Amino acid sequence: MRNANPARETGDDFRSLRQARGRRHTLGRAGLYLLATVMALWVLAPIYLITITAFSPRDVVREYPKQVIPREFSVESMDFFVNSTGVLGSLWNSVLVALITLVLSTIIGAPAGYALARFAFKGRDPYRLVILSTRAFPIVILSIPLAVTFLTWGIYDSIYAVALMHTALAMPFTVLITSSIFVSVPHDLEEAALTLGCTPLQAFLRVVMPLALPGLAAASIFTFVLSWNEVFAAVILTLQERTLPAHVLGVLTSSPPHFRFAAAWFMLAPSLIFIFLIRRYLLGLWGRISR
Amino acid sequence: MANIELRGITKIFDKKVRAVNDVNLTIADQEFMVLLGPSGCGKTTLMRMIAGLEYPEAGRIVIGGADVTDLPPRKRNISMVFQSYAVFPHLTVFDNIAFGLKMNKTGKAEIKRRTEEAAELVQLSPYLERYSAQLSGGQRQRVAVARAIVMEPAVLLMDEPLSNLDALLRLNFRAELKRLVAELKTTTIYVTHDQVEAMSLGDRIAVMRDGEIVQCGTPMEVYERPATEFIGGFIGSPPMNFLKVRLERVDGKLRAMLGSHGLPAPTMLADHADRDLLLGIRAENIEATPVDGVASQVDLVSKTLVVELLGAQMLVTGEIDGQGIKVLVRADAPIKPGVDLLLHPELDKLRWFDAESRNEIVVS
Repeated sequence: MRNANPARETGDDFRSLRQARGRRHTLGRAGLYLLATVMALWVLAPIYLITITAFSPRDVVREYPKQVIPREFSVESMDFFVNSTGVLGSLWNSVLVALITLVLSTIIGAPAGYALARFAFKGRDPYRLVILSTRAFPIVILSIPLAVTFLTWGIYDSIYAVALMHTALAMPFTVLITSSIFVSVPHDLEEAALTLGCTPLQAFLRVVMPLALPGLAAASIFTFVLSWNEVFAAVILTLQERTLPAHVLGVLTSSPPHFRFAAAWFMLAPSLIFIFLIRRYLLGLWGRISR
Repeated sequence: MANIELRGITKIFDKKVRAVNDVNLTIADQEFMVLLGPSGCGKTTLMRMIAGLEYPEAGRIVIGGADVTDLPPRKRNISMVFQSYAVFPHLTVFDNIAFGLKMNKTGKAEIKRRTEEAAELVQLSPYLERYSAQLSGGQRQRVAVARAIVMEPAVLLMDEPLSNLDALLRLNFRAELKRLVAELKTTTIYVTHDQVEAMSLGDRIAVMRDGEIVQCGTPMEVYERPATEFIGGFIGSPPMNFLKVRLERVDGKLRAMLGSHGLPAPTMLADHADRDLLLGIRAENIEATPVDGVASQVDLVSKTLVVELLGAQMLVTGEIDGQGIKVLVRADAPIKPGVDLLLHPELDKLRWFDAESRNEIVVS
């Protein structure tokens, strides 16, 4: 009797199985979103609190419990921070250092990345490893001899010293990332350009570069942010010509709380804006290129 | 337009792998030459050396009388269609086709005219503003072809241009390509592993194996008179039948003995008497009829194992004396597995191969 209609029965089995699987699927998705939310909050909550405090009147800093929705907008703290001695100068230094680092590491690192991607030369794999191993040296160990060297070169306490140090720090990353970017540009395209009248350099500039640009932009975000946030080398290698993080670190303990919040926001904002801008550019380009 | 001469071309990879070994080949002006061979036979490497993308370890490449061996690709007056099409993804169809013209500084008006003309030839006119990502595989292939022919090169190189298309598209494109190249009258070298493509497109076919050209001739020559067992087995569907026979003298006449059956063998083979030979015969050159009654001792009889209907014809796989044989018969022939067939090979289509070297023994 039970097996009178086996087809129907297996059909039901299938349905319940699918339902079970569907429930599991929904649960899985919910878990995923929950996790994503927690992770987003982990990052966003401090950013949010920093932002509202930085743009509230100075006495809000000491208020307890904290207001989640700001009551009053004020640029008082920001104004105080920006006009403090040394802030504007160090901000300008930070921007310069980050830009020099970006340009230098791209000029030196990208060709190395290209070579790693395209040419099978002797010792390519050891080379790859050696590049990474430079990151194994703690900055502490590197900084002291570097400070001495820079003193003898006469570039100690200048943005160039910091930029050189940051370039060295960014280099392994730039080389490996650009190499993987160049690998992702099919070699066929370059060869096609060669058969269509290009010199190797023209083929690189007209075909490889445009296609590698989104990736190079991504690499440059990281370089910029790395330099913008780096504080240790900047503190050791400068006295007067401080970058913003180095300056803020120097005056932090002797500053009022609202100064700290304003400084925190100021450190955060450029990185966020930079990433946001380039991210959109990345998606736009990649969306068009990907087949 | 130009002829091409390859003189003793050798390419060695990693100091030991001989990808191409001492290849000599002359391609006439306006000729459509197909390089045919299984994968890894060196045909693409040979083409890449003609394009200038690889440098030969030995030998010279001469295009239109000029030695181009040491010239970069851009100075060889060649165009190439890549297997992957290599359509630039960051440029529109128009800019892809115009790319080469822009590089050699053609005037703007002429670029526009020639690009549109080339696009028209391959029916891409409505898609000039699109990007590669917005095209189908077939359209991308057309872009690659248009980009190559717009340069009006002395030599057009094509590396398996149809292999990434699906079967129906490939069939249409093959005919289209043949028409296009015939119209342009450009000297063309075409690399493929597909023997049907080679047969249908080429003025001549150069069959390659292990880095060497093993035979070069018109499609019909290569099909009817394969120089080696390998070629006979590689070209044609089904491949040529090869039967091991023993050449004997019976009553003063040469006979190729297959079991108890003896096929008459040409007297030119007298030198090979009392030796084993390989007999080659194409499936369509054997007439097969079901045995009526009891077959005699000396009839050539095959036992039918498998019957495959191909549409217009039927492919019968049988066995003679322990050796496999394929025969093409009319689709309505009353043949089923298990039926014994009486075989009558066309005697003038028999090809003889040395059992050791597997090379054809040329008779008459």
